[in-house]
Amino acid sequence: MLTIHAAKQLRDFELDVSLSVGPGETLVLIGENGAGKSTVLNLASGLLVPDHGEIALAGRVLYSDRLRLDVPVEDRNIGHLFQSYALFPHLSVFENVAFGLRCRKVPAGEIAARVAGELERMHLSDLAGVNVGRLSGGQRQRVALARALAVKPGLLLLDEPLAAVDVRAQGEMRRELRETIRAADIPCILVTHALRDALELGDRTCVMEEGRVVLEGTPEEVLASGENEFIAEFSCGCRRYRE
Amino acid sequence: MDSTPFNRAARPWEAVLSLLVFCLIAGFLLFVTIPVASLFLRITPEAFFWSLQQPVVLDALRLSLLTASASTAIVVLLGTPLSYVNARVRYRGRAIVDTLTDLPIVLPPAVAGIALLMAFGRRGVVGEFLDGFGITVAFTTVAVILAQVFVASPFYIRQARASFEAVDPLYEDAARTLGASRLAVLLRVSIPLARSGLVSGAILSFARALGEFGATIMFAGNLQGRTQTMPLAIYTTMQGNLDEAISIAIVLVVISFAVILTVKHTTRRSA
Repeated sequence: MLTIHAAKQLRDFELDVSLSVGPGETLVLIGENGAGKSTVLNLASGLLVPDHGEIALAGRVLYSDRLRLDVPVEDRNIGHLFQSYALFPHLSVFENVAFGLRCRKVPAGEIAARVAGELERMHLSDLAGVNVGRLSGGQRQRVALARALAVKPGLLLLDEPLAAVDVRAQGEMRRELRETIRAADIPCILVTHALRDALELGDRTCVMEEGRVVLEGTPEEVLASGENEFIAEFSCGCRRYRE
Repeated sequence: MDSTPFNRAARPWEAVLSLLVFCLIAGFLLFVTIPVASLFLRITPEAFFWSLQQPVVLDALRLSLLTASASTAIVVLLGTPLSYVNARVRYRGRAIVDTLTDLPIVLPPAVAGIALLMAFGRRGVVGEFLDGFGITVAFTTVAVILAQVFVASPFYIRQARASFEAVDPLYEDAARTLGASRLAVLLRVSIPLARSGLVSGAILSFARALGEFGATIMFAGNLQGRTQTMPLAIYTTMQGNLDEAISIAIVLVVISFAVILTVKHTTRRSA
């Protein structure tokens, strides 16, 4: 179980959120650009520090201003998939997936076996030795996901995981992603701009506006409530991005 | 719509301008090339190879390569953390640190020499303290290395900082979420991604160290085999045997060409 109670002053507004996500549950965050969705992910992974609040994962406090505790990013064991995937361009597919295991000083034989397993599960075995610069959007997404999951994280954070994938491949990728998330059986927060992502991947959806959660429920419940301007336009598909 | 074709003949001043630009470029290239070519024209191959076997030349060559390698290693070792921190961390006084690291570029070498002497000479601020332990720095091979580190360090640090700044911080964030400590991020992600810039910076720093003259002669002296590097050997031998001076100069020209070609190759490969 992940619980986040965090406040942070951003440039234009104060982000103040309270969220909880259970094991095997996927929480989808939607909202305008700049509403603070990615900031929530960065607070959870420790890349940003809240001004105050508490973040705990599976009973372990990761951040607490009251306890003066802030577990470093590298010790949180969280899988964070960035929007651009941030694959290391100087490394091969194999070495990208092995990166987290090498940081944990896992024996070489075990690294080889675990990475091979992840690559096979993601249908990437043939590309193990290929430099990541030569991959398609979908392949890059799968490598990033394999890299995040190879370390057996306690929480999965996905920032627009299908945004860089070719539109024609998104349906298949979405199905694969759903199966991968289910198999991982850990809390998952997914940020998206796409209606289908919210419907097909989310167990619960939160709508964020200027750093606050303004609507929460199952994807169907949230989409059915047309009272929110963003949701009205989100569900009719007449606007996916607002500049 | 006017369909009159562009008429070059109607603009004779453009031809004159082109000729003028050509003359300026050719004049400059000749100004750079003639002195370098003169070195090769003023000596026979036999005299060149004979000179290269003389002790004064061999000693200078050996000492220069040794000290320039040592000073480059020190610059890389000390300069890499500094340039990384200045590229990534905002702290009070960063502009002052930047200015201090750049200072040796604009400082006349003679000023660097006397400053090092005042610091590390036997009666210098640090030298007097070291003298108490029986350690003498000035007029030793160590002094040559210190002088080279002093004048050559900005060439590496500036290039290294620019290379680290060019690395997208997102890669470092991703590495940290995967469990890499700050040191592991530096060693496994930042340095490999900035590698070509770091290598070209180190090569430039090596070249500057190899050519160092003013600070070395003031702080380290001019003792054959101990502190007489190639530039100092040119200065010394040209007063007696010009062939030896020209031979050392030719070796330095060849090394300089190799440096330029290597830096260009390295930076082109990373582009």
